[in-house]
Amino acid sequence: MSLEVKQLTKRYKTQKALDAISFGAQSGQVLGFLGPNGAGKSTTMKIASGYLLPDEGDVVINGVSVVEQPKAVSKMIGYLPEHNPLYLDMYVKEFLGFVAGLYDLKGKNAKDQVKSIVERCGLGPEQHKKIGQLSKGYRQRVGLAKALVHDPEVIILDEPTTGLDPNQLVEIRNLIKDIGRNKTLILSTHIMQEVEAICDKVVIIHKGNIVAQDLLHHLKAEKGLSALVLETEEPLEKSWFAVLPAVRQIQVIKHNELEMLTEDPVQLRKELLSVVQEKNLSLLSLRKQEKNLETIFRQLTQN
Amino acid sequence: MMWQLFVKEINTFFNQLTGYLLLTAFLVALGLVVWVFPETSVLEYGFADLEALFVYTPFIFVFLVPAITMRMIAEEKKSGTWELLVTAPLTNGQIILAKYLASLALILLALLPTLIYYYSIVQLGDPVGNIDSAGFFGSFIGLILIGAVFAAIGLFSSSLTDNQITAFVIGVFFGFVLYFGLSALAALQRNDMALFIEELSLSYHYQSMGRGVIDSSTLVYFLSLIGGLLMATGIMIRRK
Repeated sequence: MSLEVKQLTKRYKTQKALDAISFGAQSGQVLGFLGPNGAGKSTTMKIASGYLLPDEGDVVINGVSVVEQPKAVSKMIGYLPEHNPLYLDMYVKEFLGFVAGLYDLKGKNAKDQVKSIVERCGLGPEQHKKIGQLSKGYRQRVGLAKALVHDPEVIILDEPTTGLDPNQLVEIRNLIKDIGRNKTLILSTHIMQEVEAICDKVVIIHKGNIVAQDLLHHLKAEKGLSALVLETEEPLEKSWFAVLPAVRQIQVIKHNELEMLTEDPVQLRKELLSVVQEKNLSLLSLRKQEKNLETIFRQLTQN
Repeated sequence: MMWQLFVKEINTFFNQLTGYLLLTAFLVALGLVVWVFPETSVLEYGFADLEALFVYTPFIFVFLVPAITMRMIAEEKKSGTWELLVTAPLTNGQIILAKYLASLALILLALLPTLIYYYSIVQLGDPVGNIDSAGFFGSFIGLILIGAVFAAIGLFSSSLTDNQITAFVIGVFFGFVLYFGLSALAALQRNDMALFIEELSLSYHYQSMGRGVIDSSTLVYFLSLIGGLLMATGIMIRRK
């Protein structure tokens, strides 16, 4: 089971939302699809699910083209759209039964599937409520259950965890991890901790172009800039440090605390200390932060 | 697959109070016109026919039917659930047909109680059963066909926008033009052009059915109108 995005291009009027992007995902792999808001994540997912047509290129699922045979593909895909649209005046069980019917599950088979998915998504206690009465976390579970009810091989989740509280986050993440074990799962998000917690492979997209795609641990080993955090007693000014040759990016954390990205942390440390001396500042701390996905993401998508 | 969607549409209609209100308002209005208002009441009229029913129902249909259909596509687009439907294995044609058939079923449901009127008049006639049954059923089928055309118009207008009120207004407007507008236009002059416009209007074909005759040109007219509108709806909801 696999999903392949091939040379996908999509224009909205004159603006290019996607510019010939290609990537692939295999079974048993959770692929994190990252990018800032408006980068083209949802557009890609909408095309893959058969909702939109690409201007050029194709998405191929198990050898079947979504452009040519959207209906054959749709049975193999479980899709949770952004904002998780649901029929609020339906009961949870009624809704899942309705979706099972749309996907051509019949009679006892449909009932069993709904029952098992209700259990798996932890919807048991809420299954006789109207969807409109559910909290956001439970609605999100219903959306997930909807995507899974026909037992698809490829699962596409568009920002499945937005707006959840920390407890719900952990629960939904565990659920997603569990599902991803033997399916092909693509998940879009801009929460980096989430990717580090769940994903095996990462594709980063920015302004319709792919800027990185690799296994998560490769990416972290290769691409990362190091981050140094400088804290002093006196207020700091960005301009003092922007001129330093080793600095790539500066972020203000507090008035007396700055974070700087660099390729060469040893050199930057020397440069920083000389500035501290020159300006006669009292140094509180200077520490190096672990390379994490967040710094990689910022480095690749900020300009 | 289509069946689930059909059932869902009917359920949604009755899930809201508006559904019951609409049907009730329709039946009360008709009941008043046919039995109570002295201007139009059969009882005052003294003849055993239900002309009032057939003259006034299209007036009410112009509003009732778009109110039934306005939600069907517009609201799904607005709430995003349209994405659920379109990405399911249903083709667009199946989605339209399921929704169209559901609106037809609701129209039939609204019309069904008027059969009691027919029965009452049959009983009230002197002698009992003295009623033009062919005329009644011709008109009744005509009403169903008019409802069917209005439903196609309503579904089409619902596909034009994601605001159901806009869909309602557009639906009422097109229905009004097709039923009243064209024949009013034709009445302005008496020439070949007027005759042609007259034949395009819904009321022309409806009245011919009221005589108890259903000829093939009338059927072709209704079916091609419905087919054309549903196809136009299909074009509006194509993948983009």
